[in-house]
Amino acid sequence: MTQSKSPLDRSNKQAQPAFANKVLSRRQFVFGASAILALTTIPFSKNALANTMAQSLTPLSGKVFELTIDYKTVNITGEPARATVINQLLPGPLLRWKEGDTVTLRVKNNLDHDTSLHWHGMILPTGMDGVPGLSFKGIKPGETFEYQFPVKQSGTYWYHSHSGFQEQTGAYGAIVIDPEEADPVVFDREHVVMLSDWSNEAPESIYANLKKQSDYYNYHERTMSDLFSDIKTQGLVNTWKARSMWNQQRMSDRDISDVTGATYTYLMNGNSPAQPWQALFKAGEKVRLRVINSSAMTIFDVRIPGLKMTVVASDGQNIQPVIVDEFRIGVAEVYDVIVEPEVDNAYCFFAQSIDRSGYAIGNLTSDYALSAKVPTMDPMPILTHGDMGMNMEHMDHSKMPMGEGAMQGMDHSKMPMGEGAMQGMDHSKMPMGEGAMQGMDHSKMPMSEDAMQGMDHSKMPMGVLGVAGYGSNSDIKHLDSESGPQVDMRVDTPKSGLNDPGIGLRDHQEKYHRKVLTYADIKGLHATRDTRQPSREIQLHLTGNMDRYMWSINGIKFADSEPLELTYGERLRITLINDTMMIHPMHLHGMWSELETGDPDYIPRKHTVMVQPGSKISYLVTADALGQWAYHCHLLYHMPGMFRKVVVK
Amino acid sequence: MKNFKSPIHTLALVATAFGSSFVYAEAQDDPLLTSVMIDQLEKGVQSGDATRVSAQAWLGYDLNKLWLKVDSEYTNSDEQDLEIQALYSHAIAPYWNVQMGVRQDTKPTPTRHWAVLGVQGLAPYFFDIDAALFVGEEGRTALRLSVEQDWLITQRLILTPEFEINAYSKKDETINIGSGLSDISAGLRLRYEITRKFAPYIGLDWSQKLGNTADLVRSDGESTGDTQFVVGVKAWF
Repeated sequence: MTQSKSPLDRSNKQAQPAFANKVLSRRQFVFGASAILALTTIPFSKNALANTMAQSLTPLSGKVFELTIDYKTVNITGEPARATVINQLLPGPLLRWKEGDTVTLRVKNNLDHDTSLHWHGMILPTGMDGVPGLSFKGIKPGETFEYQFPVKQSGTYWYHSHSGFQEQTGAYGAIVIDPEEADPVVFDREHVVMLSDWSNEAPESIYANLKKQSDYYNYHERTMSDLFSDIKTQGLVNTWKARSMWNQQRMSDRDISDVTGATYTYLMNGNSPAQPWQALFKAGEKVRLRVINSSAMTIFDVRIPGLKMTVVASDGQNIQPVIVDEFRIGVAEVYDVIVEPEVDNAYCFFAQSIDRSGYAIGNLTSDYALSAKVPTMDPMPILTHGDMGMNMEHMDHSKMPMGEGAMQGMDHSKMPMGEGAMQGMDHSKMPMGEGAMQGMDHSKMPMSEDAMQGMDHSKMPMGVLGVAGYGSNSDIKHLDSESGPQVDMRVDTPKSGLNDPGIGLRDHQEKYHRKVLTYADIKGLHATRDTRQPSREIQLHLTGNMDRYMWSINGIKFADSEPLELTYGERLRITLINDTMMIHPMHLHGMWSELETGDPDYIPRKHTVMVQPGSKISYLVTADALGQWAYHCHLLYHMPGMFRKVVVK
Repeated sequence: MKNFKSPIHTLALVATAFGSSFVYAEAQDDPLLTSVMIDQLEKGVQSGDATRVSAQAWLGYDLNKLWLKVDSEYTNSDEQDLEIQALYSHAIAPYWNVQMGVRQDTKPTPTRHWAVLGVQGLAPYFFDIDAALFVGEEGRTALRLSVEQDWLITQRLILTPEFEINAYSKKDETINIGSGLSDISAGLRLRYEITRKFAPYIGLDWSQKLGNTADLVRSDGESTGDTQFVVGVKAWF
């Protein structure tokens, strides 16, 4: 049983000797191969089969790594299909590094096409970042490229091909970096949980299908029976009103994921739900789960029924612990959580896709004989007018899932209301009808001295820029380039994406008593390193035309765009405004995205930030990395267009 | 169809090879794509009913495409229609393309030629619209409007009402066309999408000649209206 000696089982203080991992990995590989062989000849009982087949990640540790990228025929769905694999593994090997080491990775390309590996979330020299055309020329067929860089951080990260659509076909793996000093996170055992989406279809075909019919994979569209039931429950007039905005806009409120379970099988550490991944724990242990979303297109909602999760790190960086029941993980995001099962039992690690078209599951168990019950998926999210960034006047407040989250943009209590900040807010320009204003309870605005105490007015920029840590209060401006056939929607009054659990999760507290993580919950464990105020703000609009399946930034696709130029050493704010109905997980290479979650002293550092539909979000960036960097939406089929080159000089 | 596809494919491969300036990708954001859409391939259920083909094909990029439209109806060798349009399609708005080019009506004879200026796209409330002005020889002009909508009964069972109307500026007696509104047709097709790309259907197709055209047809002793039950398939690739 591969799991019985999971190499990740270790005490917090005792590092595993490197050679042990290597021995184990070879054994595991041989075992895996023989298990597959055995499968074809010996009739196993279904249960035994599941146990035998479930694979954990294969770890490699040390300072020098030999990686090869090959094609390989795999069978995930019952039909053979071609994958792109690293060291013959899907996912690739789990790379275990040590902070302070310099690692060398020799990557050999055995494909017919160029390839590359990008170390996602790593702060490293630009030439080692692995983005063809920006960092280097890519790795030609038959060639080997040697990456070498010092490891200056710790935590959970991942790596993937940055060439073509290879990432969709399996070219990804996990990275775990042990800290140089004692880990502030205490745990007895750890498991890496790598989520991904697999399709037997070639990714080029998926992309072409979307270009030809953008709802090709959406089998959750509104039907006539939905219409009749709406008419029955809400009446004809209200139904007409509710539908008319969507119909006039030619948009679907069921448009949640571009690519769905109609073609995807969702994987956990490479295991499909038919052969769930298994992992052991002992009652009373603190189990650290390092959850990585290495999907091409799938955002997951993660929970473990019966267990609270303490989120201890976000995108590899330690945060102040937050106890939750559920969290949403965007493509390329990483969360480390601690679970503490008190009794011997089996728990289902349940990751349902955001559109509820499928899930990845794992069995977290004290005994392989025990299997947890798989929960049913939650109802599919349905977009609201608010997710379109609709002018508040037209909104029916009573029906909107307006918790504090949605109102955050108007929650003045959390805003540092110095005069400087107030100057930046021109209420006269805010397109709010009276109706919307009624939703604001000014009586609760703590414009008292208490609220003001935390603020040092002398350091506040008395201009239009919001204070560091609190996000932008700049006007929303649409450029001329946002007009044309390539853009189907522009949001004038985006809501804040910070406090909002997001579509499909907003009612989970009320309905299921599940605390859902929001970005507003995330505060850095360590004090903000760069405490300067931003010297400027860049406002970027994430744009697209869903029907034509075109994606861009400010209406300009990458091929036609000018690079974003940053000055070395500067501290700036990037405000992202989502002018589409889809979540875009935006990934800035080379530098941290310091998400402004409301505490200037503990700004968390992320590498990938989800921007919710019709919403805005801001982060600070210290341009401390010279060179050329990629900046893009991490949804694989959005990336070719929704991409910018960032130059720091 | 196979023969038709392969040269376009070759062309696409060649063009892709030359056009791939973006090595990030090979996944370019806007690859040269081709599509063949057989909107209707159907036969009336009664003997003597027509066989109809309505198909489109395009080659191109997000905003600019070369577009072919073929409409054909075959009842017998004396009674057949074949119309081909070759168009350049250019996106002018998020949901709208302007299409211009030429149309040739090969059947019935004599062959007629037209210049085409049309708009095609998706109107609010999800109406698929194709409207075109045709300018022909000897000062002939014609207008056509077709509208259809998909009603999802389930995710795969889809009812499509459609409607088309034609008008001509000038009489063209040799092919039984009168001036003014010439014909109107409406259809109701119920398809089942076995896959997105392949959907058999059953349907009802109703057409009626109008005005002067109806008079010409009537004087030829032919019927001016027709209702058919049809079975067919819709497919694309």
